[in-house]
Amino acid sequence: MSVRAEQLQRAAWTRASAPQTIGLVGIALGFLALWLALPPFGVRTAPAPVAVGILAAAAGIWAISRGKVRVGGGAIVIGLVGIAGALLAMRASSSNLEGVFVWSALLAATLRFATPLTFAAIGGMFSERSGVVNIGLEGMMLMGAFFGAYGADQTGSWVGGIFIGMLSGALLALVHAIFTISLRADQIVTGTAINFLALGVTGYLYNQHYGNNGTPNNLPAIPDVNIKFLSHIPPHGLGNFLYNSIGQLNLMVWLSLLLLPVSYVVMFKTPVGLRIRSVGEHPRAADTLGISVYRTRYGAVILSGALAALGGVFLSIGFLNSFTENLTAGRGFIALAALIFGGWRPFGAFAAALLFGFSSALALRLPDLSASSSAAWPVLFQTLPYVLTLIAVAGVIGRSIPPAAIGRPYIKQ
Amino acid sequence: MTELSGEPPDLTGETPEAPEPTPEGTVPSVAARLAFYQRAGGVITPLLTALVAFLIGGLVVYATTGKNPVSTYKAIFKGSGLSWLSPVSVHWHTFYPNAVKWTGWNTGNLTALNLQQTLIVVTPLILTGLAVAFAFRCGLFNIGGNGQYTVGAITAVQFGVWFSGLPGPLHVIIAMAAATLAGAAWAGIAGLLKATTGAHEVITTIMLNWIALWIGSYLVGFNGPMQDKREISAPVTKSIAPSAHLHVFWGNPLLQGLHIGFFIALGALVVYWILLNRTTLGYEVRAVGFNAEAARYGGISVARNYFLAMAISGAFAGLAGAIDLLGWEFNLDLISVQTVQIGFIGIAVALLGRNSAIGIFFSALLFGALLNGTSSRNLDPSIFKPELAGNLTRIIQGLVVLFVGADLLILYLWQARKKVRLLQRKAEQA
Repeated sequence: MSVRAEQLQRAAWTRASAPQTIGLVGIALGFLALWLALPPFGVRTAPAPVAVGILAAAAGIWAISRGKVRVGGGAIVIGLVGIAGALLAMRASSSNLEGVFVWSALLAATLRFATPLTFAAIGGMFSERSGVVNIGLEGMMLMGAFFGAYGADQTGSWVGGIFIGMLSGALLALVHAIFTISLRADQIVTGTAINFLALGVTGYLYNQHYGNNGTPNNLPAIPDVNIKFLSHIPPHGLGNFLYNSIGQLNLMVWLSLLLLPVSYVVMFKTPVGLRIRSVGEHPRAADTLGISVYRTRYGAVILSGALAALGGVFLSIGFLNSFTENLTAGRGFIALAALIFGGWRPFGAFAAALLFGFSSALALRLPDLSASSSAAWPVLFQTLPYVLTLIAVAGVIGRSIPPAAIGRPYIKQ
Repeated sequence: MTELSGEPPDLTGETPEAPEPTPEGTVPSVAARLAFYQRAGGVITPLLTALVAFLIGGLVVYATTGKNPVSTYKAIFKGSGLSWLSPVSVHWHTFYPNAVKWTGWNTGNLTALNLQQTLIVVTPLILTGLAVAFAFRCGLFNIGGNGQYTVGAITAVQFGVWFSGLPGPLHVIIAMAAATLAGAAWAGIAGLLKATTGAHEVITTIMLNWIALWIGSYLVGFNGPMQDKREISAPVTKSIAPSAHLHVFWGNPLLQGLHIGFFIALGALVVYWILLNRTTLGYEVRAVGFNAEAARYGGISVARNYFLAMAISGAFAGLAGAIDLLGWEFNLDLISVQTVQIGFIGIAVALLGRNSAIGIFFSALLFGALLNGTSSRNLDPSIFKPELAGNLTRIIQGLVVLFVGADLLILYLWQARKKVRLLQRKAEQA
């Protein structure tokens, strides 16, 4: 390659990426503007956050003028939101602020809220990557939640609960698979039916077995993992922070974190994953190469049910230690949102689940912010996952592109 | 994201699947036979579906509690009050002199009271069923009935509380119109996103459901802007002014009699039929639902129809919310905002009703009777526990949706029957 061509290439690279980078820096500055007003900085005067926010917006405008509309727009919006948020935070007393923004507790709560979403979203990824839409994630989670508790109660051990819970989710997923793959029913209609069925079946069995008394108090729970040595890590503050945030998490939280690299490797680095993806992108081509489309899709859907159920198991015997009717309360749909927001990728879905988990954790703690501790508006934080997903689906922040053959039944020739 | 499913799902019930070539060749294919049944009014498949769902439900009852499913269903039927309509009781009297006498249009007895309650439930079910069905006819799947219903209900409460000085009919019309528009606007967001960016309506309507739920919880909940400030301890809105109440034409208004909203729902069925079958808009909507590409080639704006179909669909659901509020609820509390299910049941209603006006009426009647017959007030706990029965209803709903979506299942059953016969014949020959 000639020197001239190399120079041209480098110039092209700088032209393309510098505004992008500046735009991203702008977004980061926008978040910083808000963070300045929160502990541990706790800036109590307006100038600093406002200046940082304006800087963020300026970076955004510059990025837009160089053709990076999306990143630039994002920087402007986040900069302005950062200023507004910081000004709002200053109106709360600093002791209240410190009560709400205990970062270690927030991080622990975020991880806890994100775990069921992660399991279900990863499950959904397997199903949807193979070309089968899975609206029934919610129902499969609910099955896992009930049968996890029921299994733990009957076998007297949480391990039994996990297995029976996963089995129940897999069975419900098998129904989904039979109807969508073999009988070629509409996948969304069937998913809706799966949700109805799970709601009815779990509610019915719950009322029959436990009735008004609820699940027993001594339900075997999935244990927490206590990592004591974290608190002895040298700088005392850091050690405490680590211990309080990740030192006492439930086993299932760690399992969900482990699931991420495993599912990534399986999906993108192994022949099995290649098969799943090819069946979801171009089933006819995969079939021609000798891959059984039906068998692959069956496997993927059943796996998705088992994983989603694992999320439900965590809710019932890892988190709340009880079961009530409709325990999942729409978390399966948030998981679906996380999957789409994360672009049908494990780490993307996890990042989205973290964001959604954070908004839930914050919504729970924010009421402590105002002096009367009874403001109604923190409830609105609960809409964040859904609004963000709407925006993502509409393609405002980077479009998420689904597998090509998703939703289409395959007819073997 | 462009399209979740490449082809819009064929849920119109108008287009039987193209007969697949059968290996036998000579025998009239099962698909062709099924297509014939569908053309013959499409009554048989939904009836079979409901029958199978009830059979399985009965099996569940028998297997889990050991109770006689028939007597359970009978008790549910009795609780629904539908027997009030039965002219059989007239004839019974001639054969069994001690049987209950046909008392004419007696509104006092318990059966009549139960029927009023059932029809109160049927009313919004017809409307949410229409909401789902109208979108289906355009090839769209509106799962957002819950959210649109909630938005309509909230708007109706607010307008019912405002304008308390207005004369009755005007107040009702204003409140209903506002709620209908609100429902249309809420669903219109999904329609607009579909039309402009191609965002799949299933995902956007699910998201809009939850956004409506949480905004509703904020408005109605503790210290929310719409909470009744005189009742600090309860998250509930103010009651609407009496001028905004719908007139009760059957039964005692104090005992929650049947209101004229029922006739509005019946009117909506007629509007739905006329709109789809006798207007240009309906023609275009159906054309897009039948084949969007062909419609576009024929000069129909697909985007415009997506938007309009969603908005009209949402209008039906918003109206449902308004009628419930103005007809019998009168105020909105936090729990009812957070437990709305009516939009989902509308899916079952529309699917079982094959998206036709008359079918939706009957399937709404069926599900309304089930819901009311299994309520704790109407079902005798000594026969079957109402908590179990409520969940049994959900199971039956799920099974109905599951089977309606799978025409192929019936094909397989036919084929299996044929195979069994073939084997039998071989066995006889041998």
